[in-house]
Amino acid sequence: MAEKTKDILLGPIFDNNPIALQILGICSALAVTSNLSTTVTMCIALTAVTAFSNFFVSSIRNSIPSSIRIIVQMTIIASLVIVVDQFLKAYAYSISKQLSVFVGLIITNCIVMGRAEAFAMKNPPIPSFLDGVGNGLGYSVILLGLGFTRELLGAGSLFGHQILPKVSEGGWYLTNGMMLLPPSAFFLIGLFIWAIRAWKPAQVEQDDFKMKPNTRVSDAF
Amino acid sequence: MAGKNESVSKTLLVAFLVCVVCGVVVATAAVSLRPVQNENKLIDKRMNILQAAGMYDPSQDVNEQFATIERKFVDIDSGDYVDMPESYDQRKAAKDPKQSVRLSGDEDIAGIKSQAKVAEVYLARGDNGELSRIILPVHGYGLWSTLYGFLALEPDANTVAGLGFYEHGETPGLGGEVDNPKWKALWEGKKLYDGQGDVEIQVIKGTVEANTPDAEYKVDGLAGATLTSKGVSNLLQFWVGQNGFGPYLKRMQQGGGDVAESTDAVESSEQPEGDA
Repeated sequence: MAEKTKDILLGPIFDNNPIALQILGICSALAVTSNLSTTVTMCIALTAVTAFSNFFVSSIRNSIPSSIRIIVQMTIIASLVIVVDQFLKAYAYSISKQLSVFVGLIITNCIVMGRAEAFAMKNPPIPSFLDGVGNGLGYSVILLGLGFTRELLGAGSLFGHQILPKVSEGGWYLTNGMMLLPPSAFFLIGLFIWAIRAWKPAQVEQDDFKMKPNTRVSDAF
Repeated sequence: MAGKNESVSKTLLVAFLVCVVCGVVVATAAVSLRPVQNENKLIDKRMNILQAAGMYDPSQDVNEQFATIERKFVDIDSGDYVDMPESYDQRKAAKDPKQSVRLSGDEDIAGIKSQAKVAEVYLARGDNGELSRIILPVHGYGLWSTLYGFLALEPDANTVAGLGFYEHGETPGLGGEVDNPKWKALWEGKKLYDGQGDVEIQVIKGTVEANTPDAEYKVDGLAGATLTSKGVSNLLQFWVGQNGFGPYLKRMQQGGGDVAESTDAVESSEQPEGDA
């Protein structure tokens, strides 16, 4: 049981990472990672929402009619996201201003919905909660990596503290403006996926179909 | 087991209960956290005002620092002070047809479409109650977004003491450099009006050198952000111009805006020379 708990919690970090392997939740990974403080807030918010939505969905899984199960999950997720958003506005106002719509968009984050449907509907509440935390951590690992790289190279700072003195403020570091724009996150996620799959070749996807070698006319008849 | 959940009545019951429980949770969170949120909004706005005025000290409480600043309301057309309820929100009023005027295309150089008839101003006072800063809310369109900020003026209502934007969506690293402290520092000491009272302040393309003619009205453009620079230039010209705070600032220059400011009025009669 202890081994299984560890699998549920830590599996999604590298072995079954929601972004790198399941390719879910890319949109917010591009949008909120231009600096670390918004990234950390987003990671905490998403982890909390995934964990609690899994927990609540799992608690009532035996009573949810399958015809309305998706909308029931959505209602629970949406309520949790609104609550998280309200808390951020009350206790982390400046960060919630920077995150703007992206906290609200956790509702549409495929990770949350995906875990509710794939795990919480079939498993008891406590493992479901841990699965949510685990997937939140998997998401967080990638986001923190992106946020670190993008803020350091793009603005020469970490958490807003200047690390590399910028040319525009009299230092030597010429900032890489592309790092502050969303496309750079695509490249970084690509590199990250490459690194993980080089390390764990089992994650490399099988080809969807096999190419036949070219045929000669004589073979066709 | 699946069967007992699939009846119509069970479906309706589960849907209803889920909605009720979620509704109660959401409503409770929203209502109980609202006072803290409103407080945050107010502090945030006050901090922006203090920052624009160059009076912000992060080590001290925002509300305490704000105690020396007085909020007043100005009728845009006449430049007179008017009384408004404390809850007046200029940004909301600008969208309300009853409280705003639509701007025609050639008036609307700042790209704001409609303008509230009554605007807020903030007056900062020194230790002896003398006027030390006039802080005006300004906004206008840049490249991607409307920039919202505050322009702080010296008591002569002509010299810029600071400019800061608290909300915009310009490109990070290019137009987003309107937040760069080095660029903001360039505004200090610039003049809005020439000797004839015409609006001269502008953001130019390139750098202002010591030998640039009329350098005291000009600020460097942001490299790689021509349209954002143009937007900032336009919005300032609009807000200090005839359709913006022009009439009010003229009164302040003549000392008519505030009865308590008779001493300042004498100082402000020293109009700056047209050319540097």
